[in-house]
Amino acid sequence: MRVIAAMSGGVDSAVAAARMLDAGHEVVGVHLALSQNAATLRESARGCCTLEDAADARRVADMIGIPFYVWDMAARFKNDVVEDFIAEYAAGRTPNPCLRCNEKIKFAALLDKALALGFDAVATGHYAQIVESASGARQLHRAVDMDKDQSYVLGVLDEDQLARSFFPLGDTTKPAIRQEAAARGFYVAAKPDSHDICFIPDGNTRKWLTGRLGEHPGDIIDADGTKVGEHAGAYAFTVGQRRGLHLGQPADGGEPRYVVEVQPRTNTVVVGTGNLLSFDAISADHARWCGPVPEGVVSVGAQVRAHGEEIPARAWANGDHVEVRFARRIRGVAPGQSVVLYDGTRVVGSATIAKTSMVAICDVETEQAPVTRVASAQAATSGPPTAG
Amino acid sequence: MLDSFVYLDHGATTPMLPEAIEAMTAQMAIVGNASSLHTSGRRGRRVVEESREAIAQAMGGRPSEVLFTSGGTESDNLAIKGTFWARRDADPRRVRLLVSMVEHHAVLDCIDFLEAHEGAKVTWLEVDQVGRVHPETVRTAIEADPDSVALVSVMWANNEVGTVQPIAEIVAVAHEFGIPVHSDAVQAVGQVEVNFAASGLDLMSISGHKVGGPHGVGALLARRDATLVPLTHGGGQERQVRSGTLDVPAIRGCAVAVRHATANRTVVAARLVALRDRLIRGAVDTGFGVQVTGDWEPGDGLRRLPGNAHLLVPGCDGDSLLYLLDAAGVQCSTGSACQAGVPQPSHVLLAMGRSEFQARGALRLTLGHTSTVADVEAFLAALPAAVERAQRAQVATSTGQASTGQARTGQARTGQASTRQAH
Repeated sequence: MRVIAAMSGGVDSAVAAARMLDAGHEVVGVHLALSQNAATLRESARGCCTLEDAADARRVADMIGIPFYVWDMAARFKNDVVEDFIAEYAAGRTPNPCLRCNEKIKFAALLDKALALGFDAVATGHYAQIVESASGARQLHRAVDMDKDQSYVLGVLDEDQLARSFFPLGDTTKPAIRQEAAARGFYVAAKPDSHDICFIPDGNTRKWLTGRLGEHPGDIIDADGTKVGEHAGAYAFTVGQRRGLHLGQPADGGEPRYVVEVQPRTNTVVVGTGNLLSFDAISADHARWCGPVPEGVVSVGAQVRAHGEEIPARAWANGDHVEVRFARRIRGVAPGQSVVLYDGTRVVGSATIAKTSMVAICDVETEQAPVTRVASAQAATSGPPTAG
Repeated sequence: MLDSFVYLDHGATTPMLPEAIEAMTAQMAIVGNASSLHTSGRRGRRVVEESREAIAQAMGGRPSEVLFTSGGTESDNLAIKGTFWARRDADPRRVRLLVSMVEHHAVLDCIDFLEAHEGAKVTWLEVDQVGRVHPETVRTAIEADPDSVALVSVMWANNEVGTVQPIAEIVAVAHEFGIPVHSDAVQAVGQVEVNFAASGLDLMSISGHKVGGPHGVGALLARRDATLVPLTHGGGQERQVRSGTLDVPAIRGCAVAVRHATANRTVVAARLVALRDRLIRGAVDTGFGVQVTGDWEPGDGLRRLPGNAHLLVPGCDGDSLLYLLDAAGVQCSTGSACQAGVPQPSHVLLAMGRSEFQARGALRLTLGHTSTVADVEAFLAALPAAVERAQRAQVATSTGQASTGQARTGQARTGQASTRQAH
């Protein structure tokens, strides 16, 4: 096949490209230029679009003997990922831009351009596996290295995208990949992993958002509505956040307080004790299915963070909407985060969390009825644990 | 890997002439610092001075007017910064630079630097639709405040669209006011007649590797009365203006190439004009609405560089075309500067009145001494499939289009071979 290897300049995508070549494919390396402002953003970013990273990617392509190009996806990235990121925070939610980038850029804009130019597929250095089912459908599965598994951020890919994708690293652990990179003579073998959001060079999301959304001073209140502090912009707070609240006085009983709700319309941040963060059900939108849409109520494992644990749950899909009820209470999940559903190691699909609520702990063995819909987000996150 | 490929990027660099390779490699085996006083030093010095004389003769200058540099960029830097500082030191009112809007980045970035750090004022000289500076534009710009002008800089021929500038006329205007003129002639040498003395220029940049010499060597032709503040300080090897041990083999290779390129210029140019016209006509006739930019008249080798074809392909991104043609074994350029490998919208095309959208589909094909009819035909054969694909790719990646995977269905395959990227 003719394959585009997306090369970030890191060790994973370098080995992925080399493995595709070894497998007999015709491979062309492409580095995505994602920053609108080349001069400022690329210089210091520790993410995936610095000049140094582009040079590293070019050098690896040169070593394995494949053509290499830089493709400018900055306009699409700004529209589909950065603006979305800002709008989500402005709306009081906490987005995961990596999922959005995979959905809109790497396996959409990049893939579409590759296909238009005559390629058959895109290969990346994500840790995930594609397994062909008995019927020939390509399913997305977790990587064998559970510490590095990135199937969560790929949970937005549909069957069509999976049919055109390769993840050559999914069967190998990260330490083994580093060893392989060293054995192949790649000097990026010891390059540190990138952790930050690539378009926020110093990792300070709040400062970055303030630069884009401006300062909007407002109140911090407790669950009773009493003002307990002030903030410079509600958008900069995330449900579950404990640090950076600068509250004048401790809560009664000295319990630590957390952000339990962000109200963008009134520019208000609500804080409360940790028990207010517990929930056992979520409603989610923007469902994306990696295979057939599940029918009725299904038993799944649900994961709500990139490297969080998988929790047994029941899920019920209704068009774009998904209801999930967990087998136990979980804590500190913000609207805007994604819930990814698994069937064993197989990724079923994903959706964006709209609200969390307390319903009743679900018995995953017997629960059959559709999950109760919760009336309002307010009630969902700031109400007492027994609400709903 | 392809054993043979079609190289249509002579504007970026052209294959070294066998005569230059031979002269240079022979020189590399010989010891001698041209500044040493002993026998080996004198032997090296002799090669340098013979090379200087050869270049002076080929360029219509005097040997003492030839300053060897590391290439076109250094020559431009020395001419512009060196003159700016010298002229401002002599008269602090002289802080204004008159520069065409279509210069190479080696000039533009000097100007930006002087503006940002040295208080220079810039008057940008506008160009017409074909990218030409009119002498009257220069006159108007000078007359606004003649005493404030430090230097006029207008390239001899444009590196993207090949437009040749009326240098002698521009010099005549500037000299009426006693203002020196610099010209970047890197693209012009070997393609059109370049005569330093006849042009009246005070300063002129040339490069070795654009005419079949080695990389990393060039010259600044500077009149004896042109005062320059040095950029590098050290041994003062070149007229006390440019320091650094002279690269004797490179200088020898450069001189051989310049002499060769100018001696054969009329024959080569006539051949390139015919090839260029065939290429442009063929591309325009593909039916994709391909336009030629700049000043093109079939048969003309005076107003446009004989080896330059610059095309705008509607609905395409230049980098897609570049990839597709590269994969088909045809190497060319988008013509504009890259930033981290990403082609930027060409300032030359924008100055000529083209929109940013039009400028996206730019493709520069430059012919040189090894070009053949077969090269042109190979490009024309590869072009239609490349344009069709590139147009689809632009639709697939245009901003705002919902990505629903339209491009993911019904795609065709071709047996294009891959090749290494040549930048």
